[in-house]
Amino acid sequence: MTLLDIVLFLPLAGFLLLLILPKQSSRMAAMVISLAVFIVSLGLLMPYWFQYPSGHTFSTDIQWISYPPIRYHVALDGLSLWLVLLSTLLTPIAALVSWNYIDKRVKEYYAFLLLLEFGVIGVFISVDLFLFYVFWEVSLVPMYFLIGIWGHERRIYAAVKFFLFTMAGSVLMLGAIIFLYNRTGTFDYGQIQGMIQTGSLVFDPRTELLLFLAFFIAFAIKVPLFPLHTWLPDAHVEAPTAGSLMLASVMLKMGTYGLLRFCLTLFPDAAHRCAPWIVALAIVGIIYGALVALVQPNMKKLVAYSSVSHLGFVVLGIFTFTQQGLDGAVYQMLNHGISTGALFILVGFLYERRHSLEISAYGGVATPAPNLAIIFLITTLASIGLPTLNNFVGEYLVLQGTASANFGWAVFASMGVIFSACYMLWLYQRTFFGRASESLSHHMPDLTTREWAAIVPLVILMVWMGSFAQTFLPSISVQNTAILEQTKKLRVERVAIPARQTAEVSRANR
Amino acid sequence: MPIANFLPTNADYARFLPELILTLAGVLIMFFEAFRTEGKSTNAGLLAILALVLALPAALLAKDGAAFQGMLVIDGMGTFFRTLVIVVGLLVVFSSTDYLRRENQESGEYYALILFSIVGQCVMVTANELVMIFIGLEISSIASYILAGYLRDDARNNEAALKYFLLGSFATAFLLYGVAWMYGATGSTNLTAIRSSLISGAPPPEALIGVAAALIFVGLAFKISAAPFQGWAPDVYQGAPAPVSAFLTVGPKAAAFAVLLRIFLGSLEPIASRWEPAVWVCALATMVVGNFAAIMQSNIKRLLAYSSIAHAGYVLVAVAANSGTGSAAAMFYLAAYAFTNIGAFAVVTYFSRKGERYVSVDDFAGLAQRQPGMAAMLTIFLLSLIGVPLTGGFFGKFYIFKAALDAKLVWLTVIGLLNSAVAAYYYLRILVVMYFREPGESVETLPPAGALLQIAVYGSAVGTLLLGVFPSLVLDFANRAAIR
Repeated sequence: MTLLDIVLFLPLAGFLLLLILPKQSSRMAAMVISLAVFIVSLGLLMPYWFQYPSGHTFSTDIQWISYPPIRYHVALDGLSLWLVLLSTLLTPIAALVSWNYIDKRVKEYYAFLLLLEFGVIGVFISVDLFLFYVFWEVSLVPMYFLIGIWGHERRIYAAVKFFLFTMAGSVLMLGAIIFLYNRTGTFDYGQIQGMIQTGSLVFDPRTELLLFLAFFIAFAIKVPLFPLHTWLPDAHVEAPTAGSLMLASVMLKMGTYGLLRFCLTLFPDAAHRCAPWIVALAIVGIIYGALVALVQPNMKKLVAYSSVSHLGFVVLGIFTFTQQGLDGAVYQMLNHGISTGALFILVGFLYERRHSLEISAYGGVATPAPNLAIIFLITTLASIGLPTLNNFVGEYLVLQGTASANFGWAVFASMGVIFSACYMLWLYQRTFFGRASESLSHHMPDLTTREWAAIVPLVILMVWMGSFAQTFLPSISVQNTAILEQTKKLRVERVAIPARQTAEVSRANR
Repeated sequence: MPIANFLPTNADYARFLPELILTLAGVLIMFFEAFRTEGKSTNAGLLAILALVLALPAALLAKDGAAFQGMLVIDGMGTFFRTLVIVVGLLVVFSSTDYLRRENQESGEYYALILFSIVGQCVMVTANELVMIFIGLEISSIASYILAGYLRDDARNNEAALKYFLLGSFATAFLLYGVAWMYGATGSTNLTAIRSSLISGAPPPEALIGVAAALIFVGLAFKISAAPFQGWAPDVYQGAPAPVSAFLTVGPKAAAFAVLLRIFLGSLEPIASRWEPAVWVCALATMVVGNFAAIMQSNIKRLLAYSSIAHAGYVLVAVAANSGTGSAAAMFYLAAYAFTNIGAFAVVTYFSRKGERYVSVDDFAGLAQRQPGMAAMLTIFLLSLIGVPLTGGFFGKFYIFKAALDAKLVWLTVIGLLNSAVAAYYYLRILVVMYFREPGESVETLPPAGALLQIAVYGSAVGTLLLGVFPSLVLDFANRAAIR
C-alpha cells in the first residue's frame, strides 16, 4: 500500500464514515477528512521536489478481477501529480464555501462531495483502462446529485442533461476499450502502449480513426469542446457554488487529461490526421466562448462561457504536438482550475449576499466591500492573463507552441486573449464600480474569516504559478516530452511499415 | 431389457433433490391450507423459505451427470440456473409476505404456487429433452398464470392473468409444434441426439430443421418477451401484483434463456449460420422497442416492464454472439439482473401502499427525504439498471458487449451501447423525482417497512454491489458452466 492508495481511499472511507455519523457533525467531519486528504497528498510531492522522474511513482498493481484480467493498477507521474493535488486542494475549499450556503440535507451533500473526490482522483491515477472507465463513471453520479439536489431553479434539467451527455460519450469509449482488450488481451494502458511502441499492435487507418473518435468524443464532451459544450452553461449556472467549482476546476480536466494521456499516445496517427479539424474547433470554441461570454447578463453563465474559451486553449495546445504547446496546455489546465475556480467562488460569495446572479443587480460593490473587490480584481486579472499571474504563463506557452506549428492559428487564438480582457473587465466594471444603491450596500458585508480562508490559498497560487512557474513546469515537461516522443516515434514507424509492405508487394508482382 | 433399468436410482433422486424438496413443501402447504381456519394467519411463508433454503445447497452440491435415462442432465449450466431460480424464489418470498398481509390476501397457496413455478423452472434448466423442457415450461407457466391473477377481486390482476394465459398458451403451442417438427426431422427429442444427427453424415433436410428451429425460437421468444413477441409483457407486468411481477421478470425469463442457450448454442450450433441473423435482428428490435417505449411511461411498474424487455434484448445480444463467452455473459447478466430487478420491484412494492395506489413516477417525489434508506437502495438498483460501474448491471453489460465484439458484432454493440445511454434517461427520471422534488402528501403516510421486506431489499442490494465489485464470484462459475 502506497501513499497514493491512501490518498485515493481516504475520501471513500470518509464517504462511508459520513453515512454513519449523525447529521450535525457531517460538515465538520467532511472538512477534517478533506483537509487530511490534502495534507497527506502533499507527501506525493516528495519524489518530484528535487528531481523530475519520468516514469511511474507510487505504483500499485494488484489483480482485481481474474477474467478478463482487470487490475487495480494506479500510479502517479508528472502529469497526474498536479491534477491530483488540484483535486485534493479544492475539495476542502469546496467544503468551506458550502459551509453556510448548504442548509438542507447537509449529510448527503458532504458525503457526495467526498465521493466525487474519490472518483476524480481515481480518474487521474488509473493505469488500467478499465479502472479508468470505472472511476470516470463513478465521478459522474455524485456530481449529478450535487447539481440536482442543491442547485438553482432549473437544476433538474441541468443535472439530467449533464448526466446524459457524459453517458452518451462514455459508452462509446467503453466499446473502444473492449475492442482494444480483444485485440491485445490486456486493459493495462502501459502494456498496450508498449505493444504499439514495439509495433506488435498495428491498426489499419480506418479502425484507428474510429477508435480515436470513440475516445475523443467522450473526452471532447467532458472538456467541453465546441460544439459539444451546450451542457456546460446549464450545469454551471444551476449547480451550487461548490458544484461549479468542482465541475470547472477538476471534472473538466478529466476530458483534457484523457485527450493528452490516451488519445494522443494510443492513436497517434489518427490524432495527427484529425488535428487540423480539432484545432479549428478549438479556435472556434475560444472565440465563440469569449463572444458569448461578452453578452451574458448572468455572471455564472459568463464565467461558464469563459471556461469554454479557456479550455479551447488547452485543446489547441495539445493538438499542436509541440513541447511548448503541451506544457502550456497542462499548465493552463491547472491555471483554469485555480482562477476559474476562484471566480466561481467569488460569484458564489456575491450570490450569498444578494441572492442574484444577474450582473444588473450589482454595481458599486467596491464601496461596501473593498476587500472582496480587491480579491475579485486579482482573480480577474489572472483570468485575463496579466504577466506575473498564472494564466499568462500557460497562454503564452500555448500560443508560442501554436505559432511554431502554424502562425495563422496563433493569430486567431490570440484574439481570444483580447476578448477575455473585454468581458472580464466589463464584468468587473459593471459589478464593482459606480454608485452602490442603498439596498445593495446594506446587504454587502465584506469578506468573513471563513471566506478569506477559502479564497486566499487560490490567490497565493495565482501569484506563485505566475511568478515561479519553475516549481511546476519541469515535472510536467518531462512527462510531455515522453508523450511527444511516443507520438512521434509511432508515426515514423507506422508510416514506414506500409511503405515496406508496398515494396514487398511490388517485388512479388514482378 | 429388465425393467429395473428403467427405474430411477438413488443417484437420480439425489440429482433431483431440490425439485423434490420444493414439491414436497408445496404439497404440504396446500395440505395445511385446507385445514386452516378462515382469518387465521398462516406460516406457509416460513415453510416456503425453509424449503428454498434447503433446496439451495441441494442444487449447489448436486453431482454432475444425467438423471432419469438422460431426460434431465445436471451440468454446470443446470446448476447455475437452478441455484439462480431458487435464490430468486427466496428473495421473492421475502418481498411478498408484507405485501400479502397488506392486501389482506395472506394464504398458503401463494407460496405453494411460487414453489411449483420454481420446480418447473428447475426442470426447464436441467432438461436435456424437448419434451421435458415443455413439461417444465408448463409447470412453471401454469403456476405463474394463477400468480399473475392472484388478487381475484382486482380487475387489473384479472386482465393480466388472462392476457398472460392466452398469449402464453399460444406461445407454448408454437414451442410444441416446433418440438414435433424437430422430432419429425431428426427422429429424436433428445438434445444430444439432435446435435449428433445434425453433424452426422446424412443430416436432415435444412428446411425441416429451419421450420422446427423457427417455431421453437418463437415459442421461447414469447417467454423472454423479445420483440416482436413482447406485446403481452407490459400489461402483464403492470397488472400483476408487484412481487409477482418481480418474479415473472426474472424467474421464468432466466429459465427460458437457459433453454434458449441449451437448444441454440448447444444442439442447433451446427446450423448457427441460419439462426444467428434472426437472433441478431430480434436482439436489436428488443433493445430499441423496450428502451424507447420505456421513455414514454409514467407508471413505474410499466416502466420497469419495458425496461425488462430492453434487458432481454441485451441478453439476446449475448446469445447472438454464439460463443462460450457469450453464454457466460448471458448467465452473469441474468444473475445480476435478477438481484437488481427484484430489489427494484421490492422497493416499488413497499412504496405503492395498499391496493398499489402510488405507482406513478410522480408519486415517488421526495421519497429520499422521508425514506433515505429505501431511496438509497432503489438508487443502487437503478444505477445497476443503467449500468454504472461498481454495480452488477455494469459488469453484465460489459461482458455482453465484450462477447459481442469478440464475435465481430460491431454494429450490434454500438447500437446496444447507445441504447444503454438512452435507457439512462428514463431511469434517471425516477432518481430525479425521488431526490430532486419536494415530497408530496403521498410520502407523508408511509408506514415503516417490514423486516422480511427489508431483508429482500438489502439482500438484493448486497447482491447487486457484490456482483459489481467482485464479479469473479459468479463469472468464474458461469465461465466453467458455459456452453462450449
